[in-house]
Amino acid sequence: MDMMDAERIYRENILDHYKRPRRYGRMEGADAESEGANPVCGDEIRVWLKLKGERIEDARFEAAACAICTASASMLLEQVVGKKTRQALGMGRQEVLALLGINPGPARLKCALLPLEVLKAALKKPASKGGGKDAGKG
Amino acid sequence: MALDVEAIREDFPILRRKVNGKRIAYLDNAATSQKPLAVLEAMERYYRTCNANVHRGTHRLSEEATDAYEKARANIAGFINAQPEEIIFTKNATEALNLVASVVCRQAKEGQRILLTQMEHHSNIVPWQIWAAERGLELGYAEIGEGFSLSGQSVLEGLSGSPLIFSFTHISNVLGTINDAAWLCRKARQAGAYSCVDAAQSVPHMQVDVREMGCDFLAFSGHKMLGPMGIGVLYMRRRLQECLPPFLGGGDMISSVGFERSYWNAPPRKYEAGTPNVAGAIGLSAAIDYLRRVGMGKIARHEKELARLCVERLEAIGKARIYGPKKRAGLVSFNIGSVHAHDAAAFADGEGVQIRAGHHCAMPLVRMLGEAATCRASFYLYNTEEEVERLSHAMRKAQRALG
Ligand SMILES: Cc1ncc(COP(=O)(O)O)c(C=O)c1O
Repeated sequence: MDMMDAERIYRENILDHYKRPRRYGRMEGADAESEGANPVCGDEIRVWLKLKGERIEDARFEAAACAICTASASMLLEQVVGKKTRQALGMGRQEVLALLGINPGPARLKCALLPLEVLKAALKKPASKGGGKDAGKG
Repeated sequence: MALDVEAIREDFPILRRKVNGKRIAYLDNAATSQKPLAVLEAMERYYRTCNANVHRGTHRLSEEATDAYEKARANIAGFINAQPEEIIFTKNATEALNLVASVVCRQAKEGQRILLTQMEHHSNIVPWQIWAAERGLELGYAEIGEGFSLSGQSVLEGLSGSPLIFSFTHISNVLGTINDAAWLCRKARQAGAYSCVDAAQSVPHMQVDVREMGCDFLAFSGHKMLGPMGIGVLYMRRRLQECLPPFLGGGDMISSVGFERSYWNAPPRKYEAGTPNVAGAIGLSAAIDYLRRVGMGKIARHEKELARLCVERLEAIGKARIYGPKKRAGLVSFNIGSVHAHDAAAFADGEGVQIRAGHHCAMPLVRMLGEAATCRASFYLYNTEEEVERLSHAMRKAQRALG
């Protein structure tokens, strides 16, 4: 239970995605976007998506968040680009922890899962701004 | 140092625990303190030998329990130089502050003002917001000025609006700022406002005298001062107890009840409805005996020395952002470079060092600092310089890995 030492959590792959997050940066003309925060620790993240039919064509994020949350977002978006929205919506805690390769422990689980939550929220409410359906063709 | 810390540590069994194979360094005392054996034993003794309901039985056990409960009240009153009747037991500081908001605001008129400060804990903001919405009151906040202290000018401006009450924290749980409570209470009185002091971070760490301070209300929690969880205190000036309405209704707070209306019991019982936390009061009283034996002055000096060392060590890491005045209470809020507070706390935990990371129930203030979260190390009588060194070591590791 007490094996929560920092070295075990902050493994090479996590640090790598934290320091050089993939798919990082704002997206213009997104088809869907959402933001979320973890009020307990102050993690904040915003996700943008480009959708083509049933498919996630591109995904970006920006975050002011801890290493676990940032790495989780980076790995998750890398994973879902090219996938069907249905597949992304079917993902859960198990899939995220498998991507991270660690169990961050109960106190940090929220940090790890926040990006998936925000991604799903974006998929469920495509952007109303920018002319609705038309925006998808940009 | 004047304190015999090694001897003190012997009294706190939990400090022998290990985390990640390392001896625990408990540096989250602003959240809650650990409890000495004397407190645990006093509570156990109560339950083993004289547990009964108070103020109601005519049997021996009830008499003994009532006696122990009232002795605890008197002891706690003496600790802050109040009269026993001025001590109202609550669940914690939060409930005490809600009590004040309720009895002060319930009869307030629309448009009346409440003055708070920008460095309040949520427990001294949210109850007022709830009542402001209910009664149509206006909230104002005295600002933080130079050097993380309250701006005296902003306080005076706030008071010039003739607020109903000025409620402020004695010591900020984020910044460690020690406000001049006596001055603030005097200015409130001159402006015709009640004064309410959130002393959750001060009574555990320094000598507080309500008569010298001149406050109308003062709230604190037992669990932050070596006592158990579930017991808190509201000091309420005698005169106000008579003229303000009760808080919760129920048994014990009445002298007589009819189907149409009831008559309130004499204070403080007017403000203590239902079966109280007798064991909690006894535990808090034992905690106060313990603090007195060690000496509040010595404790304050010890903590300040640790905080000074902590600041020095963190500054040496470079890229540390340290929030709070030079003359601070025994706590230090900080961030290291780009390392998120949560990650820093995880590295500390890896070394057995228990610190808090987050907004410390003061979201508006932490946002003002331009941070989403900070780390906070907060000290008490059983902490050592070696523990500060271990924190500093862990922060260096975090900086190396994530910075
Ligand atoms: C300044 C301050 N006020 C009030 C409180 C609330 O204390 P409690 O949670 O025991 O009611 C705290 C505790 O965190 C505090 O630091």
